[in-house]
Amino acid sequence: MSADSVLAAPTDRGGPAQPLLRVSHLKKRFALRGGGVLEAKKYLRAVDDVGFEIAKAETLGMVGESGCGKSTTARLIARLIEPDAGELVFDGDAVGRFGGMALKEFRRNLQMVFQDSAASLNPRLALLDAVAYGPRVHGLSASAARHRAAALLDRVGLAPAQFGARYPHELSGGQRQRVSIARALAFEPRLVILDEAVAALDKSVQAQVLNLLQELKVERGLTYLFISHDLQVVRYLADRVLVMYLGRVVEIGTVARLYSAARHPYTRALLSAVPSMDPSRRTERSPLAGDPPNPIDPPSGCRFRDRCAHAAEVCARIEPALFETVPGHLAACHLDDPASGHPEARVPLASIAMPDGVGA
Amino acid sequence: MPDAAGGGYWQGVARALRRDPASLASGVVVLLIFALAAFAPWLAPADPYKASMLRRLLPIGSAGFPLGTDELGRDMVSRLMYGGRLSLVMGVLPVLLAFVIGTSVGLFAGYVGGRWNMAIMRVLDVFYAFPSVLLAVAVSGALGPGMSNSLIALTLVFVPQIVRVAESVTTQVRRLDYIDAARMSGAGTLSIVRVHVLGNVLGPVFVYATGLVSVCMILASGLSFLGLGVKPPEPEWGLMLNTLRSAIYVNPWVAALPGAMIFATSIAFNLLADGVRSAMDIRR
Amino acid sequence: MLGYLLRRLLYALPIALGVTLVSFTLVYIAPGDPLNAIAPADAPADVIESLKVTYGLDRPMPVRYGLWLARALQGDLGASIASGRSVAAEVMGAVGNTLRLASVAAAVGVTLGCVLGALAGYFARGWIDRFASALSVVGVSVPHYWLGLVLTIVFSIRLDWLPAMGAGPSGSGEWAWDEEHLRHLVLPAATLAVIPMGIITRTVRALVADTLSQEFVVALRARGLGSLAIFRHVARNVAPTVLAVGGLQVGYLMGGSILVETVFAWPGTGFLLNTAIFQRDIPLLQGTLLVLCLFFVALNLVVDVAQPWLDPRMARA
Repeated sequence: MSADSVLAAPTDRGGPAQPLLRVSHLKKRFALRGGGVLEAKKYLRAVDDVGFEIAKAETLGMVGESGCGKSTTARLIARLIEPDAGELVFDGDAVGRFGGMALKEFRRNLQMVFQDSAASLNPRLALLDAVAYGPRVHGLSASAARHRAAALLDRVGLAPAQFGARYPHELSGGQRQRVSIARALAFEPRLVILDEAVAALDKSVQAQVLNLLQELKVERGLTYLFISHDLQVVRYLADRVLVMYLGRVVEIGTVARLYSAARHPYTRALLSAVPSMDPSRRTERSPLAGDPPNPIDPPSGCRFRDRCAHAAEVCARIEPALFETVPGHLAACHLDDPASGHPEARVPLASIAMPDGVGA
Repeated sequence: MPDAAGGGYWQGVARALRRDPASLASGVVVLLIFALAAFAPWLAPADPYKASMLRRLLPIGSAGFPLGTDELGRDMVSRLMYGGRLSLVMGVLPVLLAFVIGTSVGLFAGYVGGRWNMAIMRVLDVFYAFPSVLLAVAVSGALGPGMSNSLIALTLVFVPQIVRVAESVTTQVRRLDYIDAARMSGAGTLSIVRVHVLGNVLGPVFVYATGLVSVCMILASGLSFLGLGVKPPEPEWGLMLNTLRSAIYVNPWVAALPGAMIFATSIAFNLLADGVRSAMDIRR
Repeated sequence: MLGYLLRRLLYALPIALGVTLVSFTLVYIAPGDPLNAIAPADAPADVIESLKVTYGLDRPMPVRYGLWLARALQGDLGASIASGRSVAAEVMGAVGNTLRLASVAAAVGVTLGCVLGALAGYFARGWIDRFASALSVVGVSVPHYWLGLVLTIVFSIRLDWLPAMGAGPSGSGEWAWDEEHLRHLVLPAATLAVIPMGIITRTVRALVADTLSQEFVVALRARGLGSLAIFRHVARNVAPTVLAVGGLQVGYLMGGSILVETVFAWPGTGFLLNTAIFQRDIPLLQGTLLVLCLFFVALNLVVDVAQPWLDPRMARA
């Protein structure tokens, strides 16, 4: 086996129409330290029946508040945590299933960049070694791996002659994230999950790293799953956006439509909370009412109902499913389903003006 | 395979040690004591076993016997030098053994987690419930007097402590993102532990273990003092304190000499360990 | 809070059980027949047999353990092979002596340690800090049995101020807090006190220096609070840890006093243990170990339970 064939660029199957990743019915719950014999076991349903698709060469943004299950979903996809239920289909192959794709092969196609740049790198490995570790594991010789690592470091803007022998603590946060990106690219993956990858960086550094990510995406035909709580950044980078709330998907749609005409009340509230430079757009009231939810004991029916201005009786009874309002745009709210029995439910129109005028 | 940490780190540690006067002085003292003990057969002025009832308990400064003689007339200088060999071995070896065993168990428990972790830590908690001195005496007493039995007893005392530190550090390291990144690269458990976990665990555990050496020395000599460790006529500082006890009424300073050696070695080790700890800390 | 208490108790029980198991089986790990300690080697066969039955050595180990534990829970720890007296009585008598010694030593050591540590932390990097640090290093590094010998040499032999051995004037059985007995207590307590002093000095110094450097102290000073008020604030932050460590020290001293008790022939549990080991007095050995260790476990429990009450940060745990 020649060195290069071990880590040859993975091939496309199924063509551009086939989604690169399809996630269906993903579930994960964590047992809490209950009283044991005395109390009933309590569970935290971190990810509760999540499903979506990512198309090839697109960037899917995933947004939501802290604790909504974004990071857990990412780790479930990466198989760092074992899901309780659910299926992953990568470019037509079921992952981990008999006859489908083996886990090790899947790991080559999917890589992740983490939020905490300091914790992402082994403090005792020199940068070149850190990037070369993965290829070595997959069978590349030491020199070939170092060669590849050097080329990658160079590509992310860190000259290998200068940075190769340095250690993580000698670098700034932004530089460390570049190293993490280089390490992720060492496998020539097809899908890269960026879990709050720029959240901890200063704005100016963020911009540099985001631009790097855009360049790399075009260069190497990558697909991104970009997780963030920062709506501005997601708007800049993503093609489509997925909104999560308390472990469920509440809305998916293209960036244009979501940011101008979001359907779900939660999404609208998030968007209106984004500060604006325009003094004529003021928010008088807080868009979100009520207390942040308790993920252990979510409300019955629609989970958002106790913070929703439009909550009705049906919202407490039935949990809304994802409903396609306009082709390609889904939302989980009774308001959009005329058959739901919600008094304010309307026939969905192409666009509806936002209450606070949050525009493009 | 990529190595863990380059040579630059250790050179930095050595440099920091050289600059600190306390560490330097104690390092020299430790080396001196080790040298005297190691080269005792060549350096000692007299035979440590040669007894003479005529020359019992000569005071310090006697002709031919600069530090006097013990209760059987043996030269104290030679006894102390030879005694250092056993005392030092009994002080260092159990910690070394406990370090190897303890780190392995701790790494396993910390990385694997779950039920194995709980089981191991609960069992260790039972041993932790015994104060160290008591455990050492009890195990040593149960096994019987003798050097190897004491070594076993002492190792047993220190293993739980080292496991606790190793497990704690391993658990913390395990949670960090670079371990996840390593898992995502498809590496096997053994490779991950060897390359990513081990290097980051050994440091803190080593620092902890160096602090244990002086405790072990005192404990080991204490066991001999009680009659549970080294047996006569072997020279060992704790044993010498025991046999010279009745001499405190006749020649108190000679009787106190072996303890002074233990004290000096212990302090020097402690100061050195403190220095090493600080030197390694800066780098972190 | 009650839940925490219950959980802590539940957690301590298997440990206590484990301790009893180890205490019981430890004596049997040595190679050789335990019977050798009890009976002379050339005893006739029927004597050996009857001894076996008396000491229950004819039954399998788990049965012996169960019986021993059952009896122990009722307060019966068997009879000492050497003296024939009830083990429980001997141990309890010795425990009293050791407890007196350990608590006085702990009190002295902890107090001295607090004072030295507080001064060192307050005047950090000054001469008193260096002095206290040196003293604490000495306290931790000195072999305390040797220190006992040296103190005996100085105060008993050379100066003849204090007695060298024993807990009281010879012939006296009971303890009394009178001058004679107290004079016997001074040297062993002083020797033993060095250990907690070393540890507490170091701990308190670090805590005080750390607390004083925290921002809330600057805020207090800015509000014009005097030194005494600041001292009270610092004390409240430091107290929980000191009490925890100090409490544990008492337990450690109780278990680890064997060496000092041997030097001073103090009739405590350590001394008893020593005797039991050399006479291979199995019931005495098991009984002493059991009482000492269970005491340590109980002390740990008390300290753990007292923690959230003293330190509100832990109350939520």
